[in-house]
Amino acid sequence: MPANQFNAFTNYGVGIGLRTPHYNHILTRKPVVDWFEIISENFMIDGGRPLHLLDQILEQYRVVQHGVSMYFGSAEKANREHLRRLKELVKRTKTPWLSDHLCWGSVDGRYTHDLLPMPYTFEAAKKTAQKVREVRDFLEVPIAVENVSSYAEFHVSEMTEWEFLNEVVERADCGILLDVNNIYVSSQNHSFNPMTYVESVPAERVAQIHIAGHSKYEKYILDTHDHPVIDPVWKLYDRAIQRAGHTATLLEWDDNIPTFKEVHNEALKANRFLAKGVLARAV
Amino acid sequence: MSLLSLQRTMALAVMNPLTRSEHMSGVAPNGERMKKYASRFIKPNDRLTSFERLEIYNKQYWFRLLAGLMEDFPGVQAILGNRKFEELCRAYLQDCPSRSFTLRNLGRDLEGWLRKNPSWAGSRQAMALDMVRLEWADIEAFDGKAEPPLKAEDLAGSSAGNLRLKLQPYIQLLSLHYPVDSLVLKIKGLNEDTEFSSNAFRERRKRKQVQAIAKLKPARIFLAVHRVDYTVYFRRLDESEYRLLLAIQDGKTLGQAVSHAFATKKKGPPPEPAQVAGWFQGWASLGWFCANQPKRPAR
Repeated sequence: MPANQFNAFTNYGVGIGLRTPHYNHILTRKPVVDWFEIISENFMIDGGRPLHLLDQILEQYRVVQHGVSMYFGSAEKANREHLRRLKELVKRTKTPWLSDHLCWGSVDGRYTHDLLPMPYTFEAAKKTAQKVREVRDFLEVPIAVENVSSYAEFHVSEMTEWEFLNEVVERADCGILLDVNNIYVSSQNHSFNPMTYVESVPAERVAQIHIAGHSKYEKYILDTHDHPVIDPVWKLYDRAIQRAGHTATLLEWDDNIPTFKEVHNEALKANRFLAKGVLARAV
Repeated sequence: MSLLSLQRTMALAVMNPLTRSEHMSGVAPNGERMKKYASRFIKPNDRLTSFERLEIYNKQYWFRLLAGLMEDFPGVQAILGNRKFEELCRAYLQDCPSRSFTLRNLGRDLEGWLRKNPSWAGSRQAMALDMVRLEWADIEAFDGKAEPPLKAEDLAGSSAGNLRLKLQPYIQLLSLHYPVDSLVLKIKGLNEDTEFSSNAFRERRKRKQVQAIAKLKPARIFLAVHRVDYTVYFRRLDESEYRLLLAIQDGKTLGQAVSHAFATKKKGPPPEPAQVAGWFQGWASLGWFCANQPKRPAR
């Protein structure tokens, strides 16, 4: 299953996040990279250098948009100004699909700028799915929702996180951006088996996979995107690829960013799992 | 607990100010003990209490937003010092929480807020206000909209007096009481300076230099914050030059703008026509004028 309706039947390989410290290297050396993921909000502006650089990148590379503040799970309606600007950017990048997080972060018009965890309730699933549908209908591109790392759970939850994810994507009929690092982080913070999560996700809906590193503290793990990917996360990735097939994969590295080459080499480690997955499915 | 109710309850706690030692407050926004408040909606686990789990988000909120303001307003930080600046930011964020999906807009209400709350800047309010305006103008000029530049043919058939020119939307015009532009340039230079091997040494030296240059004396300046090749520049203007540009930006015709700019000059004679012509040539060469959008036909 190399492609599905949730990634617009594309067949993207391994990409990396487009980050400011790498602009110069990318534009001058023109390295071979299958695709870049951009943070939509960084380019939802009126003009200037960021859009100029983005246009240069778009001339040479495929770009997929990833958002951090749509807040599908917020009880309030989507911000119209946000949607308008996002649609302008979608037209500019021609992103084949668009992702944002299964979380909330604003209430009564006030923004926390964080990815806050959802209560896993049927009410929340229904409202979140409705918002995903509204956003997709407005933007006219396939949507993939990403599972977040979390540090808290709620008394009101009525199901597990993966059951909640499944409930939302089935109701919204949308894709999944499966972040296997986030699954690992949350599994350590909430004491569940991360492999159960990976096994429970509807493989046919996985549009994209995120891999990343994190930071371990005494009593919890924080999703910091500032380290290489650890072996237990690669194991989850391996299993996800076995189940979903060759899937667009992206390495996130957002803090203490090393050289372009180091980041790209870390991302390209995914290729051995992708190749293995293709072979396994072929026999 | 409904979704909206839970989100309101959690957001209040997440946005509640941290203590001086940067921990979650023991008192919830509703006056209740925070331990009890947190335990009503957050589950504890075998390692963390409800309070501790909520505290992770509370800290993340404040650290992220304070870092955002520090990044956007290093000049204000230099003027006030680290401690006072951080106190000002905490007070500002409590009164003006973010109402935008992007952190880029976090400081957009800072000027208005500081005017209403001068005590946070103490005796340096006037200088701090100038710096807030300049640093916000820097942000606006950096990613503001650019329209197609004006071409000679766009002016065909227009009489000079009735001509209505339009400035590029990204251009910011400022009248300031302190030469804070030089301070910003020094700070930017210090931030880019990597010649010192030790971080601690660099920070100490930087702090001393910043403290020294932050003791600016008042001097009226007029500035255009603009960009060339996507890089933001501060251009000092003559007072008449500033007034002329401001009038053009306000939509006045060229004739009205010239009368306005030179009538209000308090000191000295009006500039020579050759000087004014030179200004226009300079502005045009920088691409400051853009084509007027065609007007919709009247119905």
